[in-house]
Amino acid sequence: MTKLLMSGNEAMAEGAIRAGCRLYAGYPITPQNEFPAYMARHMPAAGGVFIQAESELAAINMVFGAALTGERAMTSSSSPGISLKQEGISYLAGAELPAVIVNVMRGGPGLGNISPAQSDYFQATKGGGHGDYHCLVLAPATVQESFSFMSEAFNLSDKYRNPVLVLTDGLLGQMMEPLDTRYAMRTTQYEKKWALTGCAGRRPNIIRSLYLGEGALERVNLNIQKKYKVILDKEQRWEEFLTKDAHIILVAYGTMARIAKSAVKQLRAKGKKIGLIRPITLWPFPVKAFKRNTQSAQRRNTYLTIEMSCGQMVEDVCLAVNGKAKVEFLGRSGGGIPSEEEIISKVKRLVR
Amino acid sequence: MNEISGNNIMDKIFSHPKSLRDVSTHYCPGCGHGIAHRLIAEVIDELGIREGIIAIAPVGCAVIAYDYWDFDCCEAAHGRALAVATAIKRLRPGNIVFTYQGDGDLAAIGTGETMHAANRGENLTVIFINNAVYGMTGGQMAPTTLLGQKTATTPDGRQAHLQGYPLKISELLAPLSGVKYVERVSLHSPQEVLKAKKAVKQAFKNQIDNIGFSLVEILSPCPTYWGLPPKAALDWIKDVMAKEFPLGRIK
Repeated sequence: MTKLLMSGNEAMAEGAIRAGCRLYAGYPITPQNEFPAYMARHMPAAGGVFIQAESELAAINMVFGAALTGERAMTSSSSPGISLKQEGISYLAGAELPAVIVNVMRGGPGLGNISPAQSDYFQATKGGGHGDYHCLVLAPATVQESFSFMSEAFNLSDKYRNPVLVLTDGLLGQMMEPLDTRYAMRTTQYEKKWALTGCAGRRPNIIRSLYLGEGALERVNLNIQKKYKVILDKEQRWEEFLTKDAHIILVAYGTMARIAKSAVKQLRAKGKKIGLIRPITLWPFPVKAFKRNTQSAQRRNTYLTIEMSCGQMVEDVCLAVNGKAKVEFLGRSGGGIPSEEEIISKVKRLVR
Repeated sequence: MNEISGNNIMDKIFSHPKSLRDVSTHYCPGCGHGIAHRLIAEVIDELGIREGIIAIAPVGCAVIAYDYWDFDCCEAAHGRALAVATAIKRLRPGNIVFTYQGDGDLAAIGTGETMHAANRGENLTVIFINNAVYGMTGGQMAPTTLLGQKTATTPDGRQAHLQGYPLKISELLAPLSGVKYVERVSLHSPQEVLKAKKAVKQAFKNQIDNIGFSLVEILSPCPTYWGLPPKAALDWIKDVMAKEFPLGRIK
């Protein structure tokens, strides 16, 4: 059976199991509860471990424990729960352990609400916890991508020994769509000589993030930065839609990108030269896409960033165009979702 | 060769444990951590499990225990050792997994992780160092600080109406069905050290035999933050601390 009808949450869980995830630890929070329920049903049959942890803190630290044995491990949660996990994510980054964390974003700050949102962009892309680090961040826009990005997330986390966040939202998490399992991305095996497995036949391994010696932590951090430089160079991913001759390029990710794409289609039907850049990696942010579209044309582009937030990714768009193009913003917050009509009327105002 | 009562005179009957690196530690004079580290190393050698060990060092004075032990070891965030250990043991049941945690780590910031790992009956060995004070950060009140005990954050001594009572986490854990073995021991005399070793060995044996969650609480001297000379610190355990935290098998 290659075709499945699933919610985004279930698709991510299935994608993780097929990617070789062997431990899932989580704590209930809406709107991602289908995720742990799916894992509880299917993980044991796949030879893995499911644990309902007593807290988000425990869950992320279980992932830490699993990761240091060299097994693929993950947790999922939604915004307030992801805030709680930041301690563990910082330790994962510091100890250079691979792990995948899914954030099915809801409205915030505080307890917020359980409506879809994109207001954890800063937290996801700028570090989130304490210290000099980044997570790689992948943003699926369909249930199909929710499924297939999971193996990509595990591959990237193993490749770079760094936590990877999959940033989605309550709408995409709950929505059901068909997916084709043949489009699963390839799962790569990485050798993990650093893993704690017992020291039989080798010198003991140590997993740590504490470096007290003079200059020791700086050396470690500079090495991590070298890794980030490679990531910034090699791992930027994005989708471009009708940007070639566009005067206005919409910028949106995840759920918001789908609505923006519909708006582009409608506007194109009326002869307006509109395009879309959909960042797929939010960190590294696809600066290359903006460089290409800002420098290649003589025309003066305007980038209209659209978010389910009060304006977070728009700051990265500004940095990417570096003053060479106009950047506009349309956003709604607290569970509000900019509609096609709102996008179209904003574009019309900009064109005028 | 000459033989004396059955032993070859050249037989080595005492040596440095293989599981303990031959280095000096950073611990203060009279600190109990060095003794506790050694007891664990001796037990691991005697049980022949060094190559299967995965240890979890705490946040606290013993955070760099991996510089002293010679087997696989990791750090955990403050209080989270038993969550980390849970996942390791579930994925690698053939390894012997233990946590080494202080009172602040296990009984304050990590109380949730401790209670729930115990309640799940994880097949783990927990070595719990109770010295009634936070050492690494400069001698603040711990959950196990005694009433009247002066610390950096209880300058007039711990008072029940302000800071509550010394937390007896071992007694709290013992009634849980998932908990199979709890014993409180002390390092205040050679006899007690031998008893402590026996308890540590039992806690490791239990894991090998799949018996389940086993915890040894070790009353351990901190002369620096008790403001006592090393010998007086040992006497204080015997005369004061062990009255509040009675020694012996709890479960």
